[in-house]
Amino acid sequence: MTLRRVVVTGLGMVSPLGGDVETSWRRLIAGENGFRRIDTFEASDLPCQIAAYIPRGDGANGTFNPDQWMEPKEQRKVDDFILYAMAASTQALADAQWKPETREQQISTGVMFGAGIGGLSGIADTALLLKEKGPRRVSPFFIPGRLINLASGYVSIAHGLKGPNHAVVTACSSGAHAIGDAARLIALGDADVMVAGGAESAICRIGIAGFAACKALCTAFNDQPSRGSRPYDRDRDGFVMGEGAGALVLESLEHAKARGAKIYAELIGYGLSGDAYHITAPSEDGDGAYRCMQAAIKRAGVLPSDIDYVNAHGTSTMADGIELGAVERVLGNAASDVSMSSTKSAIGHLLGAAGAVEAIFSILAMRDQVAPPTLNLENPAYETKLDLVPLQARKRKIDVALSNSFGFGGTNASLIFARHDRAH
Amino acid sequence: MSDVAERVKKIVVEHLGVEPEKVVDNANFIEDLGADSLDTVELVMAFEEEFGVEIPDDAAESIVTVGDAVKFLEKAKAA
Repeated sequence: MTLRRVVVTGLGMVSPLGGDVETSWRRLIAGENGFRRIDTFEASDLPCQIAAYIPRGDGANGTFNPDQWMEPKEQRKVDDFILYAMAASTQALADAQWKPETREQQISTGVMFGAGIGGLSGIADTALLLKEKGPRRVSPFFIPGRLINLASGYVSIAHGLKGPNHAVVTACSSGAHAIGDAARLIALGDADVMVAGGAESAICRIGIAGFAACKALCTAFNDQPSRGSRPYDRDRDGFVMGEGAGALVLESLEHAKARGAKIYAELIGYGLSGDAYHITAPSEDGDGAYRCMQAAIKRAGVLPSDIDYVNAHGTSTMADGIELGAVERVLGNAASDVSMSSTKSAIGHLLGAAGAVEAIFSILAMRDQVAPPTLNLENPAYETKLDLVPLQARKRKIDVALSNSFGFGGTNASLIFARHDRAH
Repeated sequence: MSDVAERVKKIVVEHLGVEPEKVVDNANFIEDLGADSLDTVELVMAFEEEFGVEIPDDAAESIVTVGDAVKFLEKAKAA
């Protein structure tokens, strides 16, 4: 069976740097960040008191206006990850100029959205309500507003997308897996177009308490929120949670060409692996990450030396060094010509949305020929041949970009994108 | 308009996101105000909460218009 080539024709994003793709990207390259002290719930007794929030506003100056994407009465029924998925997907479809109207167009267009946790905040609130007021006060929208696949559900209903409707739940790899799996559905002919991505809204009291209990969160920078997320830096001590969504419109190459769509990039490689090691920690030798990247490279049919930029998983935890070692092994001598940065230094860890948002940053790095920076990398904890793009963005040639995502449970995904017009 | 009617109207506007002038006595929640079956379940819950009454399922099924709700709640309140 011949696999069809898959290209990216639309992008959408809601991130701690802005309510849309271009605002988020511009601010990322300018070295700005989206961190502040937690101020949406009581945090004084939590070990971590900082997070990266989406800048909400009236929609002007790149702020995020929820009412632009979902009616207030619908917003009330769902957790925010669904709202963010709706915003990012609607932006991506508009960017791709794809508005399925005929029945044939509708059934050839599907949705694959991932989330790591889903409606955590709504589950916590409703559990308290149940205890205080009993079962008669549990809303009929409690279940449909919390389920992870309802991101895909809402997006399909809003846009009339009647093709494959699927969802991914692989913790912090969800967004990357959703993109890779959606591309496979197109490659195999199950759909011509897929809206794929990830969304997350876990910045709530129980979410922070839970990750803090895993000793995964940053606790040393509560008074300096913008300095907390510092991948590869000597003083890093855990990740800082972010929220948001990223959405890509993926399309078969022939379908995109036939309708004259603008093509951002081609998704040339996708690799998956499992650690089979520990529920929260990667193995010291980075074997899972190594095999995942190798699988993507093999699928892409490129050499390690073809890779110009790596958007690292790089969460600002002890695991940064494990990924770094695995990337060095994969790249070998080519490592000295590669830039690798962690954009989590600017937006925090978006968990199930991370892989999708970071895939978009990787694609834009190719479009604009610039590697986004790793902020706060003041005292590198590692010696490496890789350029970790400390503190400032770097202009450079980027024709092929690899994006890594690794999740609790030992679940790994790597995506490789290439400039569509690159010379082979 | 009675106090009960005012409060019912406010709840309906809030939950269904409709224009206040559409919330008239003979407006049917599903046919006129765009509610679906889950919306009507939630509306009844909101009435129970607001008025501190319990609306049994068989009574809830007979509440299909704004007027039905007002009538039921005025009676429940008087009881």
